[in-house]
Amino acid sequence: MSIDRIGNLFSGLSRRDLLKASTALGVSFLLPTLSARAAEKRGNERAKSFITLWMNGGPSQLETWDPHPGTAIGGPTQEISTTFSGVNIAADYPMMAEQLQHLSLIRSLVSKEGDHERGTYFMKTGYRPDPTVIHPSIGALIPHQLETKGLEVPPYVSLGDGQWPGRGGYLGDQFDAFRVFEPGRSVQNMRARVGEKRQTDRLEGLDILAKSFRKGRQYQSEKSLHQDTVERALTMMSSDQLKAFEIEDEPESIRNKYGDSRFGRGCLVARRLIETGVRVVEVTLNGFDSHASNFEAHTNRAADLDKAFAMLVQELRDRDLYDSTIVLCIGEFGRTPKINPLDGRDHWPNGFSTLIGGGGLRSGVLIGETDPTGMATDPKDPVKVQDLYATILNQFAIDPGEELMTPIGRPLYICEGTPLMQLLDA
Amino acid sequence: MVLSISETDKPFFKVSPVANYQILKILHTIEFAQMRWKSIAVYLPVTAVVLGLLLIVFSTAFPPVHARVDDSEQYQEIAEFASSVAQVNQWFRNDWKEANLSQAKKAEEPIVLRRLSLALHGTIPSLEELRRFESDERPDRLQQWCREMLEDPRFADYFAERITRAFVGTQGEPFLVFRRDRFRNWIVEQLNQNRPYNQVVQEIISQTGLWTGEPATNFMTHAVLNGNVDENKLAGKTVRAVLGQRIDCAQCHDHPFADWKQQDFEGLAAYFGQVRLSAFGVEDRKNQDYKVEDGITLEERTVQPEVPFQENLLPDSGTRREQLAIWSTHPDNRRFSRAAVNRIWALMFGKAFSEGAPYYARVDDLPDPEVGEGTGTALDLLSESFVASNYNIKQLIETIAALEVYRLDSTSHEIDDTVVKRQIDHWAVFPLIRLRPEQVVGSMLQATSIKTIDQNSHLLTRTFKLINENDFLKEYGDFGADELDERAGTVPQALLRMNGNLFEESTKPNPFNATPRIALASGSPEQILDTCFLTCLTRLPSQEEKDFFMNKWEDDKSRRWPQRTHDLYWALINSPEFSWNH
Repeated sequence: MSIDRIGNLFSGLSRRDLLKASTALGVSFLLPTLSARAAEKRGNERAKSFITLWMNGGPSQLETWDPHPGTAIGGPTQEISTTFSGVNIAADYPMMAEQLQHLSLIRSLVSKEGDHERGTYFMKTGYRPDPTVIHPSIGALIPHQLETKGLEVPPYVSLGDGQWPGRGGYLGDQFDAFRVFEPGRSVQNMRARVGEKRQTDRLEGLDILAKSFRKGRQYQSEKSLHQDTVERALTMMSSDQLKAFEIEDEPESIRNKYGDSRFGRGCLVARRLIETGVRVVEVTLNGFDSHASNFEAHTNRAADLDKAFAMLVQELRDRDLYDSTIVLCIGEFGRTPKINPLDGRDHWPNGFSTLIGGGGLRSGVLIGETDPTGMATDPKDPVKVQDLYATILNQFAIDPGEELMTPIGRPLYICEGTPLMQLLDA
Repeated sequence: MVLSISETDKPFFKVSPVANYQILKILHTIEFAQMRWKSIAVYLPVTAVVLGLLLIVFSTAFPPVHARVDDSEQYQEIAEFASSVAQVNQWFRNDWKEANLSQAKKAEEPIVLRRLSLALHGTIPSLEELRRFESDERPDRLQQWCREMLEDPRFADYFAERITRAFVGTQGEPFLVFRRDRFRNWIVEQLNQNRPYNQVVQEIISQTGLWTGEPATNFMTHAVLNGNVDENKLAGKTVRAVLGQRIDCAQCHDHPFADWKQQDFEGLAAYFGQVRLSAFGVEDRKNQDYKVEDGITLEERTVQPEVPFQENLLPDSGTRREQLAIWSTHPDNRRFSRAAVNRIWALMFGKAFSEGAPYYARVDDLPDPEVGEGTGTALDLLSESFVASNYNIKQLIETIAALEVYRLDSTSHEIDDTVVKRQIDHWAVFPLIRLRPEQVVGSMLQATSIKTIDQNSHLLTRTFKLINENDFLKEYGDFGADELDERAGTVPQALLRMNGNLFEESTKPNPFNATPRIALASGSPEQILDTCFLTCLTRLPSQEEKDFFMNKWEDDKSRRWPQRTHDLYWALINSPEFSWNH
């Protein structure tokens, strides 16, 4: 086999060829891990996955899933009826109104964090910020606890330019979400900068340098995971699974239905990643921090969110992936019932909304209720995010009560909540 | 062109034949000169440009050696801390003997220079610096170079960011009342003046005034939440940054492992209980009570300021914060000096001094100091020396840099992993520590520039550095306030190094990058190889490496030298040796 052929690492060389070439050369960096193709199973047989649609900035519950039109706090937002009997949502979401019967709605999430960064930390980890430890996000815990064998792309992916993507925390940086800033356009740094032959030469040079550095440093080198990360990066660069990040081969009609926005493309890529075997995906939609012109801002956001979210649920169902995929739409907090002089709403962590569905959870469940007058601070049936996450972990057969050890030997529960029985099948 | 002078040439003047010959000779000379001048007039500018370019290329690739090292006698105080160095060296020797461990061999001096450059300036040494270092024949050149590095403006600039992170993290909020840039610039000034560290910390804890005019007050304002100062955050942060311990758990309950009680936490928080923000900035309201909600009765109760130990060190007068500032930095409060030494140690080595802790070391998680004769560790010996030097940060850095443990190699001759692990735990081998993001980007930019990148660099170079640093850090990930925790590498980081914009932009063959200039200016393939290894790895290639690359270049003659150099750079910068401190 010629060396030119060997170098075809980065333009879709078959795995078999690559293995042959690597073995012949003895180049350890060229050797990908042996793995089966991504899971192609459907329905209940399929391993569970989790998609979070992260509404960055704190969406107003009153302009999304908990409108109160005609009241002092309702503003100009109108409501529409939905396929979820007895539940109306903001009129900006006609497509979601069609899909709502497949989801459950919590209108009474509560938190004690009214700051964006702290609120995001709490809502992504289920723990309040603590200077002594960085907790992993729920998205990092799932691949930490579950098998990801055969997966050549990261098991936890964050799509879009989110300010605080999920972190591995005390589990280690290797569990951080893999970030893709422009989903559907390109995955940054994934292609080699030079042609095949030169790349092979470069890798051979790197191999020699790595070997000479390991001399006398075997133990420390292995602990550093440097070679491991380079190998995993090279495996990823040459993996067929990388195509899951691309949307060019999707029919134009499908792409249009998701919408040609960063978020729309993100939701389409999320579906493709889940299909490929990625366990956790986070798609960020920015722009909800509406201290001024709240209603205009939310109408603009709804233009992206409505079609992409609805299409995602629709497609997961059509492809028989919905029973194995939990979809959660959530932000760091809600917004005040009171409308401020700038026609805006401020931060409100007391009674805000989230939609959750799929993954074997019950649909058509409504939990909680907020005061239409805005006088009562606390909602009815308040729900803590810890309980929400315990519910999700339950679907993955992960025991929230299990203790993990931090690097300094401090035992911490995976999650401090208990599952919401209303959402679990009897 | 050849001009001949013959006797048959027609004379201009009627003079003697001899004179005539002489005149003709002169005229021919003039004519020759005119013709040559025309040629020169045509070719000179081109020749000058070519020569000039060659001169620039050569001078940058192989800059002349200037002895920038100050040889004056102003640094004669080496002897003052020589005994500290000897004491600490002996402590380690005893420790190794007791643990039945051998130590690694001495590291090559350029590798120690690399460690120093990474620790004090955040980059690897430039080729220019390496050439100067090679030509420096003084036996104590590492000591001298350490001093020079400490006087370089890059030191204060780089170290100030590290100290700033310890006190206020990387946060940019709260907007308006917190000016991180002012705080950081103030730390730069303190380091430039080499102000005693205890005074710096006292000012950080107790200063009053506006956050713009009195930058130290930003420590107070970084803890403002919803318009009020968060006393709990200040108490926790003070104990971590100033005393090197963690009390935060005690905010909610008694500490599960250490002796800290919830009462201790509340008592410390009460020292910040009188801090208020006004139009005049940060001030202390002396009649203000500090009240907390009782966790059990849910009733409000007043908490008096109280220190958890060594009350005798408290001064009799001053505001609550002034009292806390004096107490926490008191020479007899050993936690303070131990914390300061541990932080500097961590910045020099890349990881904290663990004192044999069974878990990995954190810079702000030190055990309580031992009491009793002969119980002190190396950390205690260095702390005593630090106090005796009047909290001189630069002297402390010099002392650590002169220690035997700082100059050991990172390779071990031991085969058994358990023995190697014990060697690492006992500092008998230099630890392998992943470079922090700012060190990776700083080193990448330095490796791709032959001249030293510093305040004297061209504005364009510095702008390029700044823009690239920010972009790179966004993708690579900034470790924030926990930058001294041990971490493993990640896949996105490997991808960024291999395929990212920064490497490509700073190494592709163009007239501004080092790679083509090295290729053009080096006289032979061996010299190219040597120069690239020095620039990226601060060492020359081994024979095995040399054979490999020379054979490769010999086998494939299709590529030009700038391309070969580019590829070699790629391999060097992606090697573990480049992105780890060793």
